[in-house]
Amino acid sequence: MSLIELENVCLMRGNAEVLHDISLSVEPGEIVTILGPNGSGKSTLLKAVIGAIEPSHGKIRRGPQLRIGYVPQRLHVDPSLPVTVRRFLGLPKRISKAQAVEALDRAGVPELAERQLIDLSGGQLQRVLLARALMDGPNLLLLDEATQGLDQPGSAAFYKRIEQVRNETGCAIMMVSHELHVVMSASDRVICLNGHICCHGTPEIVASAPAYRELFGTGTEGALALYRHHHDHDHTHDHHHHAHHDHKAAE
Amino acid sequence: MLDDFLVRSALAGIGVAIATAPLGCFVVWRRMAYFGDAAAHAAILGVALALAFEMSIFIGVMTTAMAMGLAVSSLSQRGLSFDSALGVLAHGALAAGLVAAALLTDTRIDLMAFLFGDILTVTRTDLLVIWGGAALIIAMMLWRWSALLTVTLNPDLARAAGLSPRREELILTLAIAVTVAVALKVVGAMLISAMLIMPAAAARNFSRSPEVMAGIAAIIGIASTLGGLQASIILDAPTGPMIVCVAAALFMISLSLRRLTTQ
Repeated sequence: MSLIELENVCLMRGNAEVLHDISLSVEPGEIVTILGPNGSGKSTLLKAVIGAIEPSHGKIRRGPQLRIGYVPQRLHVDPSLPVTVRRFLGLPKRISKAQAVEALDRAGVPELAERQLIDLSGGQLQRVLLARALMDGPNLLLLDEATQGLDQPGSAAFYKRIEQVRNETGCAIMMVSHELHVVMSASDRVICLNGHICCHGTPEIVASAPAYRELFGTGTEGALALYRHHHDHDHTHDHHHHAHHDHKAAE
Repeated sequence: MLDDFLVRSALAGIGVAIATAPLGCFVVWRRMAYFGDAAAHAAILGVALALAFEMSIFIGVMTTAMAMGLAVSSLSQRGLSFDSALGVLAHGALAAGLVAAALLTDTRIDLMAFLFGDILTVTRTDLLVIWGGAALIIAMMLWRWSALLTVTLNPDLARAAGLSPRREELILTLAIAVTVAVALKVVGAMLISAMLIMPAAAARNFSRSPEVMAGIAAIIGIASTLGGLQASIILDAPTGPMIVCVAAALFMISLSLRRLTTQ
């Protein structure tokens, strides 16, 4: 059965309806990517999945085996709070040093255990959050714009790690992102969101859907629309190289 | 031993310092200084109402402080323009308290004692209330420590770990209300948040873990109390403000020590 199922869910933020009539489910082991412009309700959707927001309408059914690991959009640590990475991983349930190092190892940063949380770089903090989310052996990993603030090689490496995690543990992954070309090559399913579900399906189906083109294609003259990623070179340029992207998109 | 007023004063101050240390850390980490202020300002209203209705002052103060805490936290959740609303609430409560104290009570009450504390007149009963309240606060902090830390770091992470941020915030509000009631006699309504913030802020400069910070805050709080008590007797100055002066001085010293060691 599905890990989690949303049926006709509506979500409010304050007095405004942010998401309308959302129905979706996540199956064990699949990677689902949620795409959408700013303010389209992506983060709100994830917050409803972890139970931080109750739907104003509709139902969220959680499977009996569901164990969620959550990587928030960013972690703002107040500089007045002294806490090591190891202690952070042991909140709210204390863990041994060995467990902490093992968790960090899985996220690729075993050397960070005794560092202060506020001294970490953005990329290191993201890895620590991933380690924390993986600690309890989740079968559904939620990532909310997890690569914000990372450069492109950094986020590509992060997503590669996510794919590895899925392959090793069979954990399903539901992530929110705007980095289409990096993310989508690894996704089984893409859901295009803008207040409601505009379109969904495999990356190829979504990429050719008119609704998706409208959302990401026209405004940027195709610059942000999906193209298949070529892995034979590094993308060290940024999103603003329109000419280059146009060329790629036209291929 | 308890017959000596100085011993009673010292014990009262130590009780308050121990209770405010861990709670003060959360006030600093969560940037809730305003919150402590608002709850403390409501205390005078609590005193006036308690006297008018012949209730225990402790209960009266705790209730108004709690009500103020709840009002402030519901305001912050609705995300209203917070700053001015808070000013209206906090100072409105203080002014209403001063007016009520004048109107509702037959005998003129010693407002100075409630505003700035009167640690030297602490009775055995006061001591019992202070240490009882302090024990309650410490118990709440120990019980919820990990949960409160998690919520402080990130409410969504806490939620994903099965905690309720709202519930933990309520526990903090309750603890602050008890603190206000406990510390009123010692440093007075105007200076309670100083006892929450200063020892914790001073301790930050020497701490690498939250627990160490709470422990050092307690030591700094106790040192401030004893130092302030001593200084106020030597200089014949008001004790509550003197304690806060010493705490402020210790904060400055910790800051310069930190500068020296990191250079």
